[in-house]
Formats: sequence, C-alpha cells, structure tokens
Amino acid sequence: MASRVKVATCSLAGCFGCHMSFLDIDERLLDLLELIEFDRSPINDIKTIEGIVDFGFVEGGLCNAENVHLLKHFREHCRVLVSVGECAITGGIPSMRNHHTLKECLYETYIRGVGVENAHIPDDAELPLLLDKVYPLHAVVRVDHYLPGCPPSADAFWHFLTELIAGRDPNLPLQLLRYD
Amino acid sequence: MSPDSNRTFFLDGQEIPFREGQSVFDAAMSAGVFIPHLCHNPDYEPHSSCRLCTVIVNGRPFASCTQPAVAGQMVQSDTAELRAMRRTLTQMLFVEGNHYCPSCEKSGSCKLQATAYHLGLQDNHYPQFFPRRELDASHADIILDRDRCILCGLCVRISRDVDRKNVFAMTGRGIHTVIVVDSASGLLKDSRVTVEDEAVQHCPVGAILIKGKAFEVPIGERVYDKEPIAAASVRRFQAREALTHG
Repeated sequence: MASRVKVATCSLAGCFGCHMSFLDIDERLLDLLELIEFDRSPINDIKTIEGIVDFGFVEGGLCNAENVHLLKHFREHCRVLVSVGECAITGGIPSMRNHHTLKECLYETYIRGVGVENAHIPDDAELPLLLDKVYPLHAVVRVDHYLPGCPPSADAFWHFLTELIAGRDPNLPLQLLRYD
Repeated sequence: MSPDSNRTFFLDGQEIPFREGQSVFDAAMSAGVFIPHLCHNPDYEPHSSCRLCTVIVNGRPFASCTQPAVAGQMVQSDTAELRAMRRTLTQMLFVEGNHYCPSCEKSGSCKLQATAYHLGLQDNHYPQFFPRRELDASHADIILDRDRCILCGLCVRISRDVDRKNVFAMTGRGIHTVIVVDSASGLLKDSRVTVEDEAVQHCPVGAILIKGKAFEVPIGERVYDKEPIAAASVRRFQAREALTHG
C-alpha cells in the first residue's frame, strides 16, 4: 500500500456538526482509511500534531485565545489548511454575538440572565480569554481551501477529500454546494 | 418570435434574436441564456445598480438589464473576466452584511445565495465587516432585517412606482447606506405598509419577510433546492414572455 495521506482535524467555535457529518460518509470511511491516516483529531483524541501533516481540516470560527492558538498550531503543521463549514468560513452562528459588545454578552449571560444565582462573570485563570468578536479563520491565518455547508454534507466531504487526495482543486459541483 | 437577421446580435458567439426596444438582458433570457443579476426583477423596471449583469458590448462594459439590444453588436457575458468580476461583487455583498444562511428563513429561496451557488463561491475571500444594523420587527405582519439587505433598491422602486406608497427609501452614503421607512417613528408599524404591498413580496434576500411563514417550505422543496437559479430564472422569464408576447 502506498503511504497514506496524513490528516488532522479540530473543532474551534463550532458545534462538532461538521465532524458528525464527515462521519456520515458511513462505509466509505473504510475506503478512506486506505487513503488517509488520522493525526491529531477528536476522532482519535491525539492532542497535538507532531511533525507535518498533509491536510488540516478546521471546523468552527475563532471566539477565544485558545482557538487562535490551536489554529496557528494547525497552520504551522499542515501543508494544506482547509476551512470547514459556515463558522470557519464566515464566523457563522457564533458570530451573531458580534451584534453586541463582549461586555453586553457577558452581562446578559452571567449577571442579568434568567435563573442566575450568585451572579458574577467567570474569571478563572484556566478559562481562555474571549476575543472582542468571533472571526472566520482566514481573518487570522492563510487558508488554502474552503468546504462550505452547515454542515457540509457527507457527499460534499467525500468529494472534497477525494479530489484533494487526487491532487486536484477541490471545487464542489453545484448540487453539493450549500451554505445551510 | 421569428428570428430576423436585422434583429439579432451575438452573445458569446451565439446569434440572439430581439424585439425592438428589448434590452440585451431580456433578449438573452428570452433565448434561454442566463445572465446573473440581483437588483433586477424582470417583472419591474430595471435599475442597473448591482452591476452583476454587466456584459461587454463591442468592447465596453454595460449593465445588460438597461443596455438596449442593437443589431449586429458583439456581446460577451460568460468570460473568465466577467465571471471573476461577478464573484468579487457577490463576495463583497456577503461580507458587507450579516448573512447567516444557516439561520435565515430565506435560505434555499434567496437570490443572493442561489447566485453565489451559480458562481461557485466556496468562500467570501474578504474580511467580514460584521456591521451593526437595526432590525425592525415592530410591524405585526412584516419584518425588516437590515442585516440581510443588499441595497438593491427593489422595495424602494416597487413601493414608489407600483404600490404608490413610498414606504421605503435609502439614506446615507457608501457603506453607511441603509433602508429607511417613511413614518414619524421610522418604524414599519407606523408606516402605511401592508402585507398586500408588492414591495414586501419581492425582496430577493431575507431583508423583508412576511411574519409567520418561516420554514413553511421544507428543505429540499425550496425554490432553489429544486432548480438552480439559472434554470429557474430563464424558465420564469420565458413563461412571462409567452404570456405577454405569445
């Protein structure tokens, strides 16, 4: 068997829906595993990428400092970086908070929120610092390809991955191109 | 309409017949050739503001929706340069507003989204502006969500020319341009707008919506789920032509 392509994945400010949709390729996963090998990914629970991988798939936008840190780690360790799903590409649903200031969001959630007791804004040093706004990935790092959809369908994932592995530009045909 | 050699022009090398007074856009659509467009709705007067329908006529760019067809002219539409320009214009419309397709009830029936599909947009390329715009949900039956407005001006034109109410207008300049409502409070509830107004029924995006109809049509059966915008627009245009010109 020819050496397999190394793929890393992660989910930032997203809902893991893109990962779930990817798994919806079902039995084609077996064919795919002939072609790829997972490096860091929630699928195998490896936490960091050692060395360089071929493709990095990043789901979700950037809402805090930890997201930015992990995205930069991916950019440094992935030859080709792919922005996966609406949140990664545009900021998506999490970026609806951009209508309000961060302070307004925190007050609404932790001070004025319904049923809040002992109201205070969490300030544990373990918590990653929130960004002023939610940003798409290409606002911070160079992104090589974009796989849109909320989530991209399993067929879109399959088409995109197989095109990428074959060394072609992973353009989605009209029937697989969706933003919702 | 029978082709008449005195009444034809060439569009991307294809001979296109036209009637006296027809625009390049109308003649192309009659002949089954789709030209992407957003501010124009063929049921109303053209406005040529979105520039998406720009074509090259005898070497110079014109908005095809207002450019009269002239015998013998050489028109280009489906070229790499024009496709790139249309992609850029559409990407800029996406980043200037707040277009959350996954949570928008117009998704699947939205001309901006369907046009982006037609153009093969997989990303917005530019930084998102994340503008803060006022939402007007004051009216019992109608919502005005300025986040989704692409400033095509169709509601302004229809309300003025067809409904004869002048409910909508544009104010501000450049990136600060917004749709405003003709009422003392500036709110829809205090205006003369009603759900019967044509102006509220033809918003190409989800900026003006009739309340209580959200997600009435299931995914898979929405306008552009069933048919891509190119085929849907041409079919609708030709049906309309058949009615008015037999």
